Amino acid sequence: MVNRFRPSAADRRLLPEGRLAGPMPWVIAIMMFLTILAAAAGIALAGSARNLGKDLDARLTVQLLEPNAGLRDAQASQILIGLRRLAVVKTAEAVPQTQLAALLEPWLGSEGLDGDLPLPLLIDVELKRTAAPDIAVVRELVAMIAPAARIDQQAQWLQPLSNLLKSLIWLAIGLVTLMTVATSAAVVLAARAALNTHRATIDVLHLLGSSDSQIAGLFQRRIALDALFGGLAGLLLALIVILLIGDRMRAIGSELLGSAGLGWGGWLLLLTLPLIGALLSTLSARITVLRALRQIL
Amino acid sequence: MATIVQFENVGLRYGTGAETLSDVSFSLTKGGFYFLTGASGAGKTSLLKLLYLSQRPSRGLIRLFNEDMVTLPRDRLPLFRRRIGVVFQDFRLVPHLSAFDNVALPLRVAGGDDRDIEKPVNEMLAWVGLSNRASARPATLSGGEQQRVAIARAVIARPDILVADEPTGNVDPEMAARLLYLFDGLNKLGTTVVVATHDLHLLSRIGGATMMRLDNGRLLDPTGMLRHPPQNSVVN
Repeated sequence: MVNRFRPSAADRRLLPEGRLAGPMPWVIAIMMFLTILAAAAGIALAGSARNLGKDLDARLTVQLLEPNAGLRDAQASQILIGLRRLAVVKTAEAVPQTQLAALLEPWLGSEGLDGDLPLPLLIDVELKRTAAPDIAVVRELVAMIAPAARIDQQAQWLQPLSNLLKSLIWLAIGLVTLMTVATSAAVVLAARAALNTHRATIDVLHLLGSSDSQIAGLFQRRIALDALFGGLAGLLLALIVILLIGDRMRAIGSELLGSAGLGWGGWLLLLTLPLIGALLSTLSARITVLRALRQIL
Repeated sequence: MATIVQFENVGLRYGTGAETLSDVSFSLTKGGFYFLTGASGAGKTSLLKLLYLSQRPSRGLIRLFNEDMVTLPRDRLPLFRRRIGVVFQDFRLVPHLSAFDNVALPLRVAGGDDRDIEKPVNEMLAWVGLSNRASARPATLSGGEQQRVAIARAVIARPDILVADEPTGNVDPEMAARLLYLFDGLNKLGTTVVVATHDLHLLSRIGGATMMRLDNGRLLDPTGMLRHPPQNSVVN
């Protein structure tokens, strides 16, 4: 009995093999399923938030509200020339009027967009990605050419969405933590129950000279196998659900949802979760059993 | 003869009740054969529990193999327990293990390899007449067969001390004699044997055995011959 890490077939028989018969592997499978889903959601949301921040921090829209079309076009040309000369600006493009009309068509209809309706002229500006892009020079330039123009920072109006994503990430982290604690608690209870069930056998093993470590090794091996089986079952189910949800999200065609990928790092983390769970379960079981054995002479 | 076990003024109390054992003092010599007798409730099983390190005394001194067992750290107990073979009154066989695996337990606990275990275990099962029941589980064995498995388990590792609590209680006289012969053989190889029994007939079968008698938790030793060296010069 003695090799804690590679027990022989005879050692394994010292505790009756009841694996998969009890609820333990299935409890761990359910916990792992929920943990992996929460972790996947957290990783995907973190990716989205990162992309959102990256895209929006560096984007501005200049709105020219001048009703005189000729003057508006002249202001637009001057602003575009001025912006493209600025060091902080990467690109500056006027949004084509056809694209603007297409955006308004759902509300105004195709007939409402006649030439008499004054439409603002929009200029999309992408700034160079630096730690803190300086938009004061852009404001100064635009105010000089078209005092009535408005500048919208896309990050400003998407800030609430960004905050929501961050809250959801923290929620996912909280759920993973709670699930880990609950799984450990379930393992501790299972280990205690197993100790009570096999108390007579443990007493005999003790009196024949087994050390606590030898006895704990028998329990931790059993619980490690249960946890590994439960973890893999939970992983398999969670992967199916994640792939199905990913498929549905891609079908929506939203840029924000489409950016909610897991990446290689994310997939790797999800695949290692059952192993991490099995290790944690084994450790919890060992500590529980050793503590309980110390109460016996 | 070297002293292998020494009890000095040992008392044992379970919880807050009266003392089960009081002022028990004796010495066992290496290679000695001892019968422990006394009425039911006299404290025989409690004394044996102290001997096979299942209990620590409430007071007094216990030395085994020249080590103080009262203050010995808990994590060192297993090595001493491996030197003591025990036949429990209630056998305490592991119910889900075969007779073979039950007998092999002490060897496996001590780190024995499966290949080295098979031969001695089969020989021991043959000696107690259970070769054909090697793969049987305890629940399918009769009381006598279970007792023989328990005895085989106690002696398989050639312990320095063999402690047996009513080892012949469930076997027929012929098997009882055979088991006693086994204990005697082990004793001749140097094992100290302590047998608790009600069966006074057993006492006459082992020449040179010493009788220890417990009465109401006290060891009767009027001549001091259970101390080593004997404390009464008349006995000398």
